[in-house]
Amino acid sequence: MNSALIIIFITAAIALFLGIRASRGKEMNINEFAVGNKRFGTLIVFLLIAGEVYTTFTFLGGSGWAYSKGAAAYYVPAYICLAYVLSYWMIPKIWRFAKKHNVISQPQYFMKNYNSKALGVVVAFIGLIALIPYIVIQLKGLGIIVSESSYGTISPFMASTIGAVIVTIYVTISGIHGSAWNAVLKDIMILFVIVFLGIYIPYHYFGGIKPLFEAIENVKPEALTFASEGYSQSWFISTIILNAFGFYLLPQSFSVVLTAKSERALKKNAITLPLYTILILFAFFIGFSAIIQVPGLQGADGDLSLLRLTMQTFDPWFVGIVGGAGLLTALVPVSVMVMSGAVGLMTGFYTLLRPNSSDRQQLLVSKLLVIFIIVTAYVFSIIGGKALAILNIMSYGLITQLVPAMIFGFFQTKFMNTYGAITGIVTGVSIVLFNAVTSFKLADIFPNIPSIINDINIGFVAIAVNILVAVGVSLATNSLDTRKSPNMAEEFIK
Amino acid sequence: MRKYAQVLLIIPFIGMCVLLPIANRIEPYILGMPFLLFWLVLWMVLSSLVLFIVYKLDPTNEGSEYE
Repeated sequence: MNSALIIIFITAAIALFLGIRASRGKEMNINEFAVGNKRFGTLIVFLLIAGEVYTTFTFLGGSGWAYSKGAAAYYVPAYICLAYVLSYWMIPKIWRFAKKHNVISQPQYFMKNYNSKALGVVVAFIGLIALIPYIVIQLKGLGIIVSESSYGTISPFMASTIGAVIVTIYVTISGIHGSAWNAVLKDIMILFVIVFLGIYIPYHYFGGIKPLFEAIENVKPEALTFASEGYSQSWFISTIILNAFGFYLLPQSFSVVLTAKSERALKKNAITLPLYTILILFAFFIGFSAIIQVPGLQGADGDLSLLRLTMQTFDPWFVGIVGGAGLLTALVPVSVMVMSGAVGLMTGFYTLLRPNSSDRQQLLVSKLLVIFIIVTAYVFSIIGGKALAILNIMSYGLITQLVPAMIFGFFQTKFMNTYGAITGIVTGVSIVLFNAVTSFKLADIFPNIPSIINDINIGFVAIAVNILVAVGVSLATNSLDTRKSPNMAEEFIK
Repeated sequence: MRKYAQVLLIIPFIGMCVLLPIANRIEPYILGMPFLLFWLVLWMVLSSLVLFIVYKLDPTNEGSEYE
């Protein structure tokens, strides 16, 4: 047993302990389980929102993209930053409605906003297909991090299994509280690790940040700006705008919004969160350093650049700390994802079947759904498969199809009713899925368009069609169903 | 007027998207970073600043936090 392994195990044990202990002294009911009775203060909401961002992606993907795709990686902090800017306008509206109507999940929000159970079901289903790939990626990432940083002592399969078990235990016991407690530990650790590595490695190997980039400029200058085709500027702009709108619609981020105890807690967080995004920069520094220090990682192996470079540079005990931090960056987001997915399904489907179910039944069903979701994701993470990779790329494309219905829902308007919302969403989702399977580009339909248009993110195109269809159908069906939710408008006027 | 403070939130979108073509280059290096990276980091800081200003102007943030 090496020292790295011991430290990883200690971290896992602490996470499990904190996760279980988090529910002590709490009377557990469905509201407490799902959204902490909407009583979380500014700091915890901050850490939970940040926690959804600093996932294994920061560790593996952030550095991995910088390593293999260069400047294209900048899209990550850019869209997250814009999501926070946008959140100042968008999130208080959602929170206010949720507070007033006692909403605890995203499907329920849409259901009550449009007064349509069918829409709730559609949203619950889309949330689930967007979520599962996310959870799988985290479990896989966890497997890679723990396996690499234990110097291969633990297999990725074993590591994913342990991770899945820990999450299942503490989510079923503590719900969102377990995630909140672990989010504190996780952010302290990742902050330390990523900033330290991001500064130490460039200075150790290159003598500074500027010399690092000058070295890159010599061997691979194209990594430092956007390409003229492919990962071009139009790709970057369309992607960051699309993802900025989609960010808070991911079921897990949506759930975190609902935990806030006041509107102002959310607004205050919006101010500081963009600064926190800058942390991802340090992961980029590591990825760029790896271009020169550990060249030759092909394709998906680029995601290993951070770990390989760390192992090449440091003693095992420090590798263990990196591994432990990596473990937490998977556990916290996964726990919020399975929880929000489970509560979403419960409110979307179960309460339809059993409208008079008691609080205890709803809580029990949610816990069973937690197990169902994590087992599904776990199975996918083992058998893998290409379909999943496709879904993951499309997660944002899928979830952003809910944006038009949500934003129109803020206002009392004749341009969007239940029928329009559902047809629009289904159309948009179909385009995104069809694209995922066939990977068509706009140039296949319109052969002569310039690359500046061809590179536009397909999700963006889908959302445009979505809006057209939704507004068209709404206007045509208004006689059947003028929006049955006049309770929205007066709240948003203030 | 202060009711419309939230319109300012469009500024970071302009900085990161509309002005991107002028920033897509390596030179000059600023704070050790190639210009493109510096530009995006600069806008993360400015986003925070814009949000702070909007928060201060926004009349709904006055008075007690809980109604």
